[in-house]
Amino acid sequence: MTEELIIAGFGGQGVLSMGKILAYSAMMQGKEVSWMPSYGPEMRGGTANVTVILSDDRISSPILDTFDTAIILNQQSMDKFEESVKPGGLLLYDGNGITRHPERKDINIYRVDATDEASKIGMAKVFNMIVLGAYVKLKELVKMDDVVEGLKKSLPKRYHHMIPDNEKAIHRGMEILQEIQKL
Amino acid sequence: MKKELRLMKGNEAVAEAAIRAGADGYFGYPITPQSEVMEHLMSEKPHERTGMVVLQAESEVAAINMVYGAAGAGKMAMTSSSSPGISLKQEGLSYIAGAELPCLVLNVVRGGPGLGTIQPGQSDYFQAVKGGGHGDYKLITLAPSSVQEMYDFVELGYELAFKYRNPVMLLSDGAIGQMMEKVELTEEKQRRSHEEVIKQCPWATTGKTPDRDHNVITSLELDATKQEQVNHKIQAKYKELEEKEVRFEELQCEDAEYLLIAYGTSARIAQKAVSQAREEGIKLGLLRPITLFPFPKKRLAELAGQVKGMLSVEMSAGQMIEDVKLAVNGKVPAEHFGRLGGIIPSGEEIIEAVRKNFIGG
Amino acid sequence: MEDIKQPENLVYKKSEVMTDKVLHYCPGCGHGTAHRLIAEVIEELGIQEKTIGIAPVGCSVLAYDYFNVDFQEAAHGRAPALATAISRLYEDHAVFTYQGDGDLAAIGTAETIHACNRGENIVIVFVNNGIYGMTGGQMAPTTLEGMKSSTSPYGRDLKMMGNPLKMTELVAQLPGTHYVTRQAVHKPGKARKAKKALKKAFQYQQEKKGTQVVEIVSNCNSGWKMTPNKANEWMEENMFPFYPLGDIKVPEEK
Ligand SMILES: Cc1ncc(C[n+]2csc(CCOP(=O)(O)OP(=O)(O)O)c2C)c(N)n1
Ligand code: SF4
Repeated sequence: MTEELIIAGFGGQGVLSMGKILAYSAMMQGKEVSWMPSYGPEMRGGTANVTVILSDDRISSPILDTFDTAIILNQQSMDKFEESVKPGGLLLYDGNGITRHPERKDINIYRVDATDEASKIGMAKVFNMIVLGAYVKLKELVKMDDVVEGLKKSLPKRYHHMIPDNEKAIHRGMEILQEIQKL
Repeated sequence: MKKELRLMKGNEAVAEAAIRAGADGYFGYPITPQSEVMEHLMSEKPHERTGMVVLQAESEVAAINMVYGAAGAGKMAMTSSSSPGISLKQEGLSYIAGAELPCLVLNVVRGGPGLGTIQPGQSDYFQAVKGGGHGDYKLITLAPSSVQEMYDFVELGYELAFKYRNPVMLLSDGAIGQMMEKVELTEEKQRRSHEEVIKQCPWATTGKTPDRDHNVITSLELDATKQEQVNHKIQAKYKELEEKEVRFEELQCEDAEYLLIAYGTSARIAQKAVSQAREEGIKLGLLRPITLFPFPKKRLAELAGQVKGMLSVEMSAGQMIEDVKLAVNGKVPAEHFGRLGGIIPSGEEIIEAVRKNFIGG
Repeated sequence: MEDIKQPENLVYKKSEVMTDKVLHYCPGCGHGTAHRLIAEVIEELGIQEKTIGIAPVGCSVLAYDYFNVDFQEAAHGRAPALATAISRLYEDHAVFTYQGDGDLAAIGTAETIHACNRGENIVIVFVNNGIYGMTGGQMAPTTLEGMKSSTSPYGRDLKMMGNPLKMTELVAQLPGTHYVTRQAVHKPGKARKAKKALKKAFQYQQEKKGTQVVEIVSNCNSGWKMTPNKANEWMEENMFPFYPLGDIKVPEEK
């Protein structure tokens, strides 16, 4: 098994930490993982993305042009990465701020309105966990226990009291997932 | 015993490895993409954990000279930077090599020249393996291509540095520095005691005791005849390194018709290119130098008798290719493929270059 | 709307000395205001054609994109050295550097002190935000005691990391400096004062009076991890007491 995915959105949306939690969760299951962020000067409001690979085998290139899955959280990233999903692959996106919805006919498309949901339940901080929940449900690559373990490992101790909220958000993401196109 | 696993950035792995290897001092200055080395050290409070000194210097010039001082006193010292900062360290490195002192320097290379870009590069190869500063000297140069190797090569680097009394360069790049992978950690070692330092480094400025002459650390020898001898001694050491310490990894070389030579991030991409090319029926192999100096010349010369072409894949305009050409000495066509200015080549581009250069069509 | 857009109704316009390029600074950052003030001063003094700016790395490394004057980019810390040569070879030109605190007070300390000590005829604009902005919020020589940064995650510990450096007071001691002042730009009143100071500095430079140093104590909301408003409040409460605003060295008027 190898899953090659990209998570792309704005800096500050928790793109990088979501990738990290996912990588940690897979690591807990004994998988090989790599997490390769885009990096640049610390400027607010810029775009951010991270390439995550989860695999049973040694990972060769941590840098990719095409992906099994793209998780897309803003329009710029949609424009940039819709084309890089492999045929038959998965595109999961948050509809907030999206003006041009995905158009490909050869991939599976799902939507999770995490931004709206996060503000509805008054938990803007766990926005990325709602998205993660949707992904975990779709791909079933990592188990919920491992995700919680991943959260524990990647959150500093002083934030551990927030883990129950994060768990709730993950479940919420599983519930509000919408199917747009299934091959 | 259960292995301790952690998901870490390459830069953090180096920092953690230094603490656990019992390093005595780290001296650095912030620069992207390697600032996490000092940031991780500061957050881990090594002064409390092991007594390791960590200091943010006022510049890279100061930092390397702090390393010079610590190394002369027999301590396990290190610094890290990225290309522009490494340029500033060249004077210090020349002195450290001239005085035959052990230390560890990490270069998380970015694209140059000048301020260049903060994206990954491999264009500091010449600077690392050919000396870099003034005078006839070399740095033992290790090229990690995974986060685990970033971790492991700290201890290996110190081992070689002290064994040969020579500075060791870890030549990495922005991708390996910034990326996170699984790292298997080793147990934390105690830092050497004063007695152990004296025993290991009888030449160091640890304080003159009645039982020995005063120790002097210097790279100066005005008498040209003597200076020539000093140089010969250093050169003999490099020769020994070339005989004993060459390290490399081979991937599907047994039946390879064409060979890629790549280190660091390029080697990771090349690895992917090899499996892709084999699916397309091209018998491609990869030789990944782990030590860039000493360079795996002998093995390349052997492979020159087997393959029909060699392609040096580097994120540079063609630097390592010169060493490849020297090694194969015209026995087989050797070409270069690279992307510049912070661009990482893709597997397809590499296969394309193999086709264009050696197969045709 | 079109009726209102008449020349006589114009109350404010962008200086001709600024290009149309969109600034890349974080919202609320002081760099943008400081740029504008310098541009206005250059325009008002009518010296656009003979101004040469020099900015080293730091968040303002792209200053050459924003100032519509000839501009050079310098290695980290070395701007005063470049300025030295340029001002000596172009004696009548208005040569200025634009440096951050990491740049001017850490790696460039030698260049700064020696340019000031030689009394090079240049204007040094020194933007002090107490942190390394561009590289992601590491400790700077000017970081206050107890202040958190990514390389002083538990707060600056003076015993371990040294004391914050008052470079401006230091260079004021040197015979080569002529006018040395510390200003701020986070409020309209402060910005007006800063502009006056900058104008004086450029005027003195044009009169060949030696080195003019204008420090601007500024915020770095990204590096400080605060909202712009909070950062300004924090700056008033913490930075200003340690880096008090006002003139530090005033030339004797004849
Ligand atoms: C020789 C060298 N070392 C380090 C760097 C990395 N670097 C770029 S800007 C900078 C400091 C930025 O801080 P400051 O001068 O205070 O300006 P600010 O970004 O806060 O405006 C550093 C360390 C570099 N470019 N060159
Ligand atoms: S990082 Fe700080 S100094 Fe740089 S633009 Fe942002 S607020 Fe300004």
